[in-house]
Amino acid sequence: MARFSGVDFYEIDSLLSEEERQIRDHVRGWVEDRYLPLVERAYEEAYFPAEVIPEIAEMGLLGATLPEKYGCAGVNALAYGLAMQELERGDSGLRSFASVQGSLAMYPIYAYGSEAQRMKWLPRMAKGELVGCFGLTEPDFGSNPAGMITRAERKVGGYVLNGAKMWITNGTIADLAIVWAKLRDEDTGRDDIHGFILEKGMKGFSAPEQKRKHSLRASVTSELILQDVVVPEENLLPDAVGLKGPLGCLSQARFGIAFGVVGSAMACFHAAAEYSKSRVQFGRPIGGFQLVQERLADMLTQITQAQLLCVQLGRLKERGTVRTEQISLAKRNNCEMALEVAREARDVLGANGITAEYPVMRHMCNLESVKTYEGTHNIHTLVLGEAITGIAAYR
Amino acid sequence: MIQVVCIKQVADSETRVKIGADGKSLDPSGVTWILNPYDEFAVEQALRVKEKLGAGEVIAVSLGGAGVQATLRNVLAMGADRAIHLKTNSPADPLQAARALAAAIRDLGAQIVWFGRQAIDDDAAQVGPMTAELLQLPCVTSIASFELEGTTATVERDIEGGREVVEVTLPAALTTDKGLNEPRYASLKGIMAAKKKPIDERPLELGEAGLEVVSLALPAARSAGRIVGQGTAAVPELLRVLREEARVL
Ligand SMILES: Cc1cc2nc3c(=O)[nH]c(=O)nc-3n(C[C@H](O)[C@H](O)[C@H](O)COP(=O)(O)OP(=O)(O)OC[C@H]3O[C@@H](n4cnc5c(N)ncnc54)[C@H](O)[C@@H]3O)c2cc1C
Repeated sequence: MARFSGVDFYEIDSLLSEEERQIRDHVRGWVEDRYLPLVERAYEEAYFPAEVIPEIAEMGLLGATLPEKYGCAGVNALAYGLAMQELERGDSGLRSFASVQGSLAMYPIYAYGSEAQRMKWLPRMAKGELVGCFGLTEPDFGSNPAGMITRAERKVGGYVLNGAKMWITNGTIADLAIVWAKLRDEDTGRDDIHGFILEKGMKGFSAPEQKRKHSLRASVTSELILQDVVVPEENLLPDAVGLKGPLGCLSQARFGIAFGVVGSAMACFHAAAEYSKSRVQFGRPIGGFQLVQERLADMLTQITQAQLLCVQLGRLKERGTVRTEQISLAKRNNCEMALEVAREARDVLGANGITAEYPVMRHMCNLESVKTYEGTHNIHTLVLGEAITGIAAYR
Repeated sequence: MIQVVCIKQVADSETRVKIGADGKSLDPSGVTWILNPYDEFAVEQALRVKEKLGAGEVIAVSLGGAGVQATLRNVLAMGADRAIHLKTNSPADPLQAARALAAAIRDLGAQIVWFGRQAIDDDAAQVGPMTAELLQLPCVTSIASFELEGTTATVERDIEGGREVVEVTLPAALTTDKGLNEPRYASLKGIMAAKKKPIDERPLELGEAGLEVVSLALPAARSAGRIVGQGTAAVPELLRVLREEARVL
């Protein structure tokens, strides 16, 4: 198959700075040379190829938008998004790793942590020496995290945590977990959600892997089990009270997903377009049939629309004016778009489409998770519904 | 220590090139331009030397049209400190290029002048040695390993059937081969820093050309293969065809 050189039907490159293009192209080159040779086996045998961690860290892809002071690259939002696009062109599992480390583990320490916490954790996380995870979802509380059961009780010098989290990306390989738990406010008597930094090896804390997934197989997904885990005071994130703490992290990660899935869609489109030119049926390349051309035209159109959405979303984020519902719109639209492109591409490849010879089925299966995590398609519909009508349908 | 790396921008080998209307040059439309892969080893080795010494300067030099600056930026993103762009829109033959490079490098005080062993577009492998000669520097070509001890470099070269070990006293010119090192990927930080690093742009008048490309043609399309038979029974016929028709035995 011809080497992937991006999809740019609308001269979207002209909307990007030289630096943004360079960052994207470098990540693309790395994915092509270093990651793609590993991914099919990792996916088939269901493991995360951890040997890439030092390399993506070295490139500055972990917590890339955070300040240099903490050992991070300090790039702008759009450059970060384009890097996520390229990682996910490799595999959603790779982008998930980077999203969780950067947006869901490093970001809360940066945004809600003390300076001492930032200095303690962020530089080593940027180097990839420490892996983080984010525990919000529970077996009985997914779309409705406010109902969570996991609870912290105050004790001398710290807290005791009990509960269970589920579907936690990176859980088993994580050195630290940002765990969200309810804590009773002593003055008001009200339960508020707080974030705690749990460390691997703390007594009563374990993270068994969830096996038998048919999606995101090259990514680690785990339970977090908390049985009387004693967490010192210094591991409480001081500046996050209530659901807006975890939601703030999710906004960061969803932004990356909106870009990331465009990468998956591009990989599928590229595979389908190339295949359609070489596969001959009825005496001509299948790409010469109108029905196949219509599919390719639809894919290209959808990808182009999603790209434009991303560029503007990136600019809004850089300006600091972006609203969560704008991120919801892009996450919702682009995940659905990518899934449709992947399914169409799978069809264009016929039987070959279901094999590991092509990346299409892998992306298609991954995208089912990406559609669900970080707020399901439905939940983002409700976020938009509320933005339009002023009436919240889900609270 | 000052090191100079001479780099060339070339068409990506993945690009399906077309011959231009003049029949003598590549049609630049639709070509993806990259840093000549052999030059990547040169850049990487220069950066390693600088990092090991903990001081010094790596200067990238290239000649060509405005587009060359994108490749120079990539080299700056990898970690070079500054760049010199000798700007010309005319194609240079190897000696013209060597003269231009030598003139630009002469006063920089470089201890090592690095080149890739050859550019993957014209495969001439001349610019490194010619520039070295013009600068009156000893030159070791196609190095596959590099050790520096004070002002003496010990390098190895892969030669027919073996390895040659060469000692060279700096200042020297070295051309790099595959296997010397594993070139790094630019980091996001490096890319951002590169934007602020200077590219010194100098208009270049090429001297008299010694060579002229008369014509350029794509290789003939390969004809379809032929199956001469199956199993051991086909071996005599295969040998006959290889000997008499293909004349490769
Ligand atoms: C591979 C993978 C990795 C993950 N990684 C993490 C992680 O790192 N950290 C973490 O905390 N979580 C993680 N998750 C969990 C993920 O965020 C949740 O799965 C998601 O929020 C949905 O929750 P649920 O699965 O419980 O589905 P449910 O909430 O039970 O939803 C089931 C269905 O009902 C619909 N639904 C629910 N409520 C409504 C409503 N009010 N109106 C209309 N429809 C509704 C949903 O849209 C969905 O279609 C991960 C999930 C997966 C699959």
